[in-house]
Amino acid sequence: MSASDDAERAGTAHHQAPDDGRTVLDQHDISRALTRITHEILERNRDSAGLVLLGIPTRGVHLARRIAQRMSEVEQRTITAGALDITMYRDDLRLKPARALEHTEIPDDIDGKVVVLIDDVLFSGRTIRAALDALTELGRPKAVQLAVLIDRGHRELPIRADFVGKNLPTSLVEKVKVRLTESDEIDSVSITGPASTGGAGA
Amino acid sequence: MIKNLLSAGDLDRTDAIRILDTAEELLGVASRPIKKLPTLRGRTVVNLFFEDSTRTRISFEAAAKRLSADVINFSAKGSSVSKGESLKDTALTLQAMGADAVIIRHHSSGAPHRLAQARWTKGAVINAGDGTHEHPTQALLDAFTMRRHLVGSTGSDLAGKKITIVGDVLHSRVARSNALLLHTLGAHVTLVAPPTLLPVGVDHWPVETSYDLDASLEDADAVMMLRVQAERMNASYFPSAREYSRRYGLDTARLNRLPDHAIVMHPGPMNRGMEITADVADHVRSVIVEQVTNGVAVRMAVLYLLLGGAAGETEASEEGLS
Repeated sequence: MSASDDAERAGTAHHQAPDDGRTVLDQHDISRALTRITHEILERNRDSAGLVLLGIPTRGVHLARRIAQRMSEVEQRTITAGALDITMYRDDLRLKPARALEHTEIPDDIDGKVVVLIDDVLFSGRTIRAALDALTELGRPKAVQLAVLIDRGHRELPIRADFVGKNLPTSLVEKVKVRLTESDEIDSVSITGPASTGGAGA
Repeated sequence: MIKNLLSAGDLDRTDAIRILDTAEELLGVASRPIKKLPTLRGRTVVNLFFEDSTRTRISFEAAAKRLSADVINFSAKGSSVSKGESLKDTALTLQAMGADAVIIRHHSSGAPHRLAQARWTKGAVINAGDGTHEHPTQALLDAFTMRRHLVGSTGSDLAGKKITIVGDVLHSRVARSNALLLHTLGAHVTLVAPPTLLPVGVDHWPVETSYDLDASLEDADAVMMLRVQAERMNASYFPSAREYSRRYGLDTARLNRLPDHAIVMHPGPMNRGMEITADVADHVRSVIVEQVTNGVAVRMAVLYLLLGGAAGETEASEEGLS
């Protein structure tokens, strides 16, 4: 993820402004979007045994677990989602102080499997580029697909998502905030303008 | 995060736990098919070794290479140092070559501090053992190994754990660094040694001392045996090797008196039959080989945290983590 992408998500956890912007998805919308993405993934891939779900920390992991749970219900067997930390592969490491690593957990050998990367917001595409680099060092998947809850545009790399919860056209000065109950006590996606961010800089 | 790693005492609890948690994540890299991360690509790390230490040098070299840094090994033997070049001139040469980090092992206590504080190099300075003073990355890897066995969870310290360090404390930089770091992490440290091998001023260390190994075994969570440094035994520190071994060596009988969960550690290289018997060194409760593996992960963590981010910045934006 790009630097600005980070700050915008982080604002979620650290700046608990009561009403910061326009809510575009509520709890039910997020739930419906994830159910739809689950079915789309299964429909496209048919064989869930050949699938490995990997969330990108932090909120991508929560989403991956929710999709895995829905998939388990549909497929009548337990499917677990993993986590893929991309910190060491980021292209902006030299621009900021060294950051703490998140947990990487790969539930299954990825060689020959279809890996579905899952993240909350797709923005510049740099997070996904880093994730692809990280994947190539873990093995050689048959294919890599990408599922995101929000695609807000402004790509800086030739990357697109296979499964999108909601396309959200934004301007660069706006910020998309994804909140999930696992880390933020509430499920919501909101857009804030530059005036209401309170300086949670990009 | 601090800029240089000169002493285990420079680390506060937050920094120490951060290094241990980072190492925990990096330990998994060793089991991957491709044991490499691109994080320090284009950075140059110099191993500046004025004193022989194959073990520490290759551990740092493996750590730097797994993070894709370029590694230059500088050994004082056969170099200009043996022709009389000073530490300052060596450092200035390395600076001119663009070293981003200097890992220094020196026979004089304080050499890494001199290098860092005189600003002969702009890169990070990491103390890889100076004289009889400190060896902070060894203490970190020891604490890491203890945490994995005795506590088991990331984000935690070693509060309330009882660690017994046995042997030549006087000459041991490992003991000094461990005493400082383990105290920071909340552990209780007991140093056990003959009176002649305890340094002057040890009563100011945050430790207890004892001359009696047997009395310190029953409630120890970990026992760390120190090497008897034959090269420094030029004075009469103890009557005979045999007597030392009987009073301060770890044998099977003493091992059996430890609690069931306790682990046996040694920074290496070991004198089998002197401070530790071969049976104990190879026992299932000995984590000596694991310490070596953990050493690479811990040194990767240190290199990443000192070099991985923007130079010269303090930790400003925790919110950057998502």
